[in-house]
Amino acid sequence: MNAPLLTVHCLSKTFHDGTLPVVNGLSFEVEEGELFALLGPSGCGKTTALRLIAGFMRPDHGAIALAGRTLADDHTFVPPEKRGIGFVFQDYALFPHLTVAQNVAFGLRAMKKPARAARVREVLRMVGLDGLEDRLPHALSGGQQQRVALARALAPRPRLILLDEPFSNLDALFRQEMRDRVRDVLKAEGTTAVLVTHDQEEALLFADRVAVMHMGRIEQVGTPEALYLTPRTLFVAQFLGQTNLVLTEAHGDEVETVLGRLRLHRPAEGPVLVAVRPEHFAVTAVPDHPDCREAVVLHRAFRGHDVTYRVQMGGSGHGPVDCLVHTHNREPFAVGDTVYVRAVEPAVVLEKAGA
Amino acid sequence: MQARALPRLFPRPYLWGPAALVATGVLVPLGYLVVRAFEAEPGELAALLLRWRNLRLLGNTLGLTAGVLAAATALALPLAWLVARTDLRGARVVTLLGVLPLAVPGYVMAYALLGMTGTNGLLARLLDVGWPRPSGYPGALAALTLYTFPYLFLNLRTALLGLDPALEEAARSLGYREAEVARRVVLPQLRPAFLAGGLLVALHVLGDFGVVSLMRFETFSYAIYLQYAAAFDRVYAAWLALMLLGLTGALLALEARLLRGRRYARTGGGAARHPRRARLGGWAVPAYAFAALVALASVGLPVATIVYWLGRGTEAVAWGDLGAALWDSARASLPAALLAAGLAVPVAYLGVRKPSGPSRLMERVAYLGYATPPLAFALALVVFSLAAVPFLYQTLTLLVLAYALHFLAEALGPVRSALYQAPPRVEEAARALGRPPLAAFFAATFPLLRRGLGVSAAFVFLSAFKELPLTFLLSPLGFHTLAMGVWGAAGEALFSVAAPYALVLILTSSVLVGLLLRGT
Repeated sequence: MNAPLLTVHCLSKTFHDGTLPVVNGLSFEVEEGELFALLGPSGCGKTTALRLIAGFMRPDHGAIALAGRTLADDHTFVPPEKRGIGFVFQDYALFPHLTVAQNVAFGLRAMKKPARAARVREVLRMVGLDGLEDRLPHALSGGQQQRVALARALAPRPRLILLDEPFSNLDALFRQEMRDRVRDVLKAEGTTAVLVTHDQEEALLFADRVAVMHMGRIEQVGTPEALYLTPRTLFVAQFLGQTNLVLTEAHGDEVETVLGRLRLHRPAEGPVLVAVRPEHFAVTAVPDHPDCREAVVLHRAFRGHDVTYRVQMGGSGHGPVDCLVHTHNREPFAVGDTVYVRAVEPAVVLEKAGA
Repeated sequence: MQARALPRLFPRPYLWGPAALVATGVLVPLGYLVVRAFEAEPGELAALLLRWRNLRLLGNTLGLTAGVLAAATALALPLAWLVARTDLRGARVVTLLGVLPLAVPGYVMAYALLGMTGTNGLLARLLDVGWPRPSGYPGALAALTLYTFPYLFLNLRTALLGLDPALEEAARSLGYREAEVARRVVLPQLRPAFLAGGLLVALHVLGDFGVVSLMRFETFSYAIYLQYAAAFDRVYAAWLALMLLGLTGALLALEARLLRGRRYARTGGGAARHPRRARLGGWAVPAYAFAALVALASVGLPVATIVYWLGRGTEAVAWGDLGAALWDSARASLPAALLAAGLAVPVAYLGVRKPSGPSRLMERVAYLGYATPPLAFALALVVFSLAAVPFLYQTLTLLVLAYALHFLAEALGPVRSALYQAPPRVEEAARALGRPPLAAFFAATFPLLRRGLGVSAAFVFLSAFKELPLTFLLSPLGFHTLAMGVWGAAGEALFSVAAPYALVLILTSSVLVGLLLRGT
């Protein structure tokens, strides 16, 4: 494996007014050319982490290195202008007194004039804004401002670009289009990027790898698939979508639960919390497998391409238990129907809290 | 390249340097004044402090302040109510007339009162009756009221326009009559505006020298001048200045105390509706008469007096002297305006962007410099410069520095507002694009401050241009500004000599006030 482009090691930051650290021993690495997302609820410290990497703030502890060069540690602090890191702000922060072209050219001082003009044209074409060179920022739509901000950050060809919730100010339909477009541009330029977002769908769609942040540190890092399918902790499992949770007693790689007989994704012993995604159940009108359990449909949410049912399982000595089940739309059940439910994928054994 | 670890507290000398200069420039001379005052022998000290005269000065100063506050309120409150809460037509013109007196310096107002009366005065000529010249308490009261009431008027007008009509409607629905609502709901809400405007009026009265000297009414300021200029008793002058400083400090503390713990902001969400306007009906006539009378007294009177004496001028106007005075006024005020605007940027930047104990202290000191009565400040600078930097004494440099430090607070406001409107992210974006801190500031934030800086410089220029007491004590030998021209001639009853100086002064001031009104 190559040496990582960005290394963040044990980063901590406490604000003067608060007692709890906002960023608390944060560590991760980003590969060259990778799109990396920091995902977490508001207040988890993700934006602070980004601002520490950019150099807008000084960490209390920990180290940041880019391509082997230390940017910050206990003895070093490289100011933001000497880091060569691009930043796209949530509210874009375009210079209101400069035109689009002047905004984009702002970081290109070192270039000769013709080269600079050529680069400005190039990045503006890349983000699809050619022809708007002479507009002032206030005469642009939100999406256009967003693309100017991206073009401005990309123009000096930074090794790394940081994006702070860049799509949150756009409306939903447009957001998806911009996300795909920005992703294409970054991939085309081969730029490494760290994106901060609180939107799990955005992180899963945008990033090659996602880090889920909670209380100032990372709970889990992995590909979107790995995070979704094998969450390590309860927080990650719940933050990335709906999930069924069962507390049970495990012995080996199978377990008998109120949701039926479940295979486990790894062997475990003793009391464990296991999680099964709703779409990892099969629902049938007749029992077709020895492991399936009888259940009654309590609620039905039809969303066109799929259906989510809340069903009640009879339970064996545990009392009735509700379970979410997510299926295709070809077998419509009604509320009150009796159905047969069976987990078709192994359940994920979650680590105990604090482990 | 690896940057070295910078010391955390004062990492940017170009920010903290100028801010520290401001703090030093204001605090050190005042501190030195205290040192100087205590140089007196204990016996001498007791003799200085336990004089009946001190008590009389205190009584005079307090009496004048209270009188001006009451009289200015009597003019400002009805006028503000008329333009803000009634259907008076031409409210904009009345508002403008209520602001224009700001362009008339106090000593010009006093000159106008003196030049209008007496056996040769304008009134005597018009009415054929010799009006006695005002002097002492009534004269000082009239002149000070007529030029300071706009401070109260502007504050009260803004407050009246901003009141939430829902509060008054609520009171009406709870069974209060309109007059009761005015007394129990509207008036209490005007309190912060009254305190803010009243503080400015009171600070002007405490600091005033031109009016009380022309009216020969002995307040602390006038006594300091007499001790310094006539009796050459610097120690007693220093003590008088300290007493005046103490009085100012007490006033500031009182204002802060009266304002403490009071919240008048709207508590609900959403935008407030416009307040309901009262129908004047037949009362419009006395309303116009009142507004006209105020405008006639505060704007018409000085203009008429100046024009009258210009026409009666027996000798030709000494154009050379006038031009020289204009040049002296300009060459002290212009650098002071630029310096104050320049100093305001780091001080405001620290206060807005890096709020901390030290940065707040810097801002407080700037406001302290403004509140310090000019004669006390000038005296402090005189004793300090003579002792520590004698080569600066009676130089243009020291005068410019004194103007800039004294009027810095006027420059801070516009720069602060502009900074609050300039998003800090923009500067960070410039940093991320490779500009070091100072270059990032000039590339990203400074262009957004230009307008605010222009307003700041104009405010300070206007104040310095009209300034009298600082100029008196600190100006170089042979230096003669327009303000000194008016004051000197008016003091000797040479009204026609004073007229052209006064005319140039109020014309320049009016143009600037007009520009500022359009700009803010």
